[in-house]
Amino acid sequence: MPREVEHRSVVVVGGGPAGLAAAIAAYEAGETDVLILERDTQLGGILNQCIHNGFGLHTFKEELTGPEYAARFVARADELGIERRLGTMVVDISNDRVVTTVSPDRGISHIKAGAVVLAMGCRERPRGALATPGYRPAGIYSAGTAQRLVNIEGQMPGREVVILGSGDIGLIMARRMTFEGAHVQCVAEIMPYSGGLKRNIVQCLDDFGIPLLLSHTVTRIEGKQRVEAVWIAEVDEHMKPVPGTEVRYPCDTLLLSVGLLPENELSRAAGVQINPVTRGPVVNESLETSIPGVFACGNVLHVHDLVDYVSEEAASAGTAAARYAQGLSGEASTSVTLVAKDGVRYTVPSTIDPQRMGEQLTVRFRVGNVYRDHYVSVYFDDERVQHRKKRVMAPGEMEQVTLKRADLLARPELSTITIKLEEE
Amino acid sequence: MATETRELTCINCPLGCQLTVTIVDGEVTNVAGNTCKRGDVYGRKEVTNPTRIVTTTVPVIGSDHEHMISVKTASDVPKGSMFDVVAALAGVTAQAPVAIGDVILANVAGTGVDVIATKSA
Repeated sequence: MPREVEHRSVVVVGGGPAGLAAAIAAYEAGETDVLILERDTQLGGILNQCIHNGFGLHTFKEELTGPEYAARFVARADELGIERRLGTMVVDISNDRVVTTVSPDRGISHIKAGAVVLAMGCRERPRGALATPGYRPAGIYSAGTAQRLVNIEGQMPGREVVILGSGDIGLIMARRMTFEGAHVQCVAEIMPYSGGLKRNIVQCLDDFGIPLLLSHTVTRIEGKQRVEAVWIAEVDEHMKPVPGTEVRYPCDTLLLSVGLLPENELSRAAGVQINPVTRGPVVNESLETSIPGVFACGNVLHVHDLVDYVSEEAASAGTAAARYAQGLSGEASTSVTLVAKDGVRYTVPSTIDPQRMGEQLTVRFRVGNVYRDHYVSVYFDDERVQHRKKRVMAPGEMEQVTLKRADLLARPELSTITIKLEEE
Repeated sequence: MATETRELTCINCPLGCQLTVTIVDGEVTNVAGNTCKRGDVYGRKEVTNPTRIVTTTVPVIGSDHEHMISVKTASDVPKGSMFDVVAALAGVTAQAPVAIGDVILANVAGTGVDVIATKSA
C-alpha cells in the first residue's frame, strides 16, 4: 500500500521555547504554512515546570516565570493561528525531509516538509552516565524529574535531600524542596567552581544556609530498596576522591544536576552531522545543518544558559527555514570556517557564507574554565579584528561576539575566523 | 557605637564580588570589595532591606489538564517573610478557570502583596 504523504512548508519539531519562536518567526517571514509537532499535551516545553522567576529580562525587560514566558509565545502563535499537533511524537526524519509522527488520533503519519526546524531541546545526564557504585535504590532523581514531580504533579520525591552537581536546575530545586518542607543538606560539586549562575547560588543556597561543597563528589550510595545515605568525599585536582575525607549523609533522596545533553537521536538517524563538543548539529550561518533544508535551534543545537537567547536564536532559524521553503535562500557560495581555540570550546555556527548572512551575525560560544581579566579576540585569518576585555568568564555562562557582514565582504580572500581567549 | 560587618556575594554578574558591608548603628557606612557601582547598591539593599519574589505552586480543582498551578508574589516581599508566604499558601486551593495574573491570595502574610497565578488552568 503506498503511504499517504501530507505536504507542509515548515515543520517544527518541538513546541518548547525554541520551537515556538521558530514557528512564529517563520510565519512572520511570510510562510503561513507552519506546523508545530509536540509530544507533550501542551506547548511551552520545559518552561512549564520552571516556575521560578528570572526569565525574559532581555526579551521583555521584566522578570517572568517560565510558564508566563511560554504563555507570551503561545499567545502569539494562537494569534497567528499557527497549527500545532499535541501528543504527537516524531519518530523519524528522513534525509529528504519526510517527518514521520505517531499520535493516538492519527496513528502513524508522514509529512513531507519544505523545511524542517529541529527544536527538540535537551535531556538531563542520567545516573548511568556517572560512575557511582552501589545498588539502584528508589530515591535517586534527576533534578528536572524532581522539578516536574513537585511543580506539575504536586508530589514530593523525599524529605532528606542531598544534591549532586551544582547546575542551575539543582540549585533551583534546593530552594524549591526547602519551601516544600524538605531538608536539603548540601550540594556537592566535583569541579572547583559551580556550573550554575551566581544569582542562583546566592538566592537558592545562601539564603537558606545550604552549603555548596566545591571539589566534592558522591562516592557511595547506601540503601537497597530506598536511599538511606550517601557518602561525600573531597576530590583532588584529578577529580579523584581524597582518602579519609568521606562523610556520611543520612538521607532518603539524591538529586542529580550533572549536565544537560542535546536530544539528537532524530538528527543522528537523519544523518545530520553532530559537533562532538556541543553534541548538537554542526550548522552554518543560517543555522542550517549538514542536510539542506533542515535547521536547528535552542538546546538541541547547544545548551543555553538563558531562554532569551534560545528565543533569539530560534527566530533566526525560523526565518531561514521560511526562506528555504520559499526558495529564497539563494545560491550557496564559499564559506568561511569558524575555529574555536585557546579556551573557547566551540562556536555556533561553524561556518559562515558571507553572501547569505544577515547584516550582523551573533556567534555564540562557551569557555572551558573560569577566566579572569582575559580578552575575547576575533581573528580574520591572521589579522586581529576584535579584542574585548572581560572581567570574568565561566563555563556556566554563554558568551557571544557579533560579526558584521560588511567586514566579511570587505575581505574576499577570508578563509578562517578564529575566536580565542588572550591574556593581553 | 555598634559596628557590624556583613559578608555578601554580589549577584549582578558572574564576577560574584565578595562584598564586606559595614553597618554603624543600623546605617550602612561602607561597602568594600565591589568593583562597580552595582555592587555598592546591591550591598546596601541586601543588608538594609533584602527582598525576594517568592514562587511556588498550589493545587487547582476543576481543571482537566492541571493538578497544580504556579503562583508568585506580585512584587518582591521582605526576604524574612519568604517562609510566611509559603506557610500562608499551605491549604490554599485554586478553582479553575484560572488566568495568568488572577489573585490567588490577597495580602499574603500581611506583606501587602498579592499572590497571583503564573499559569492558566
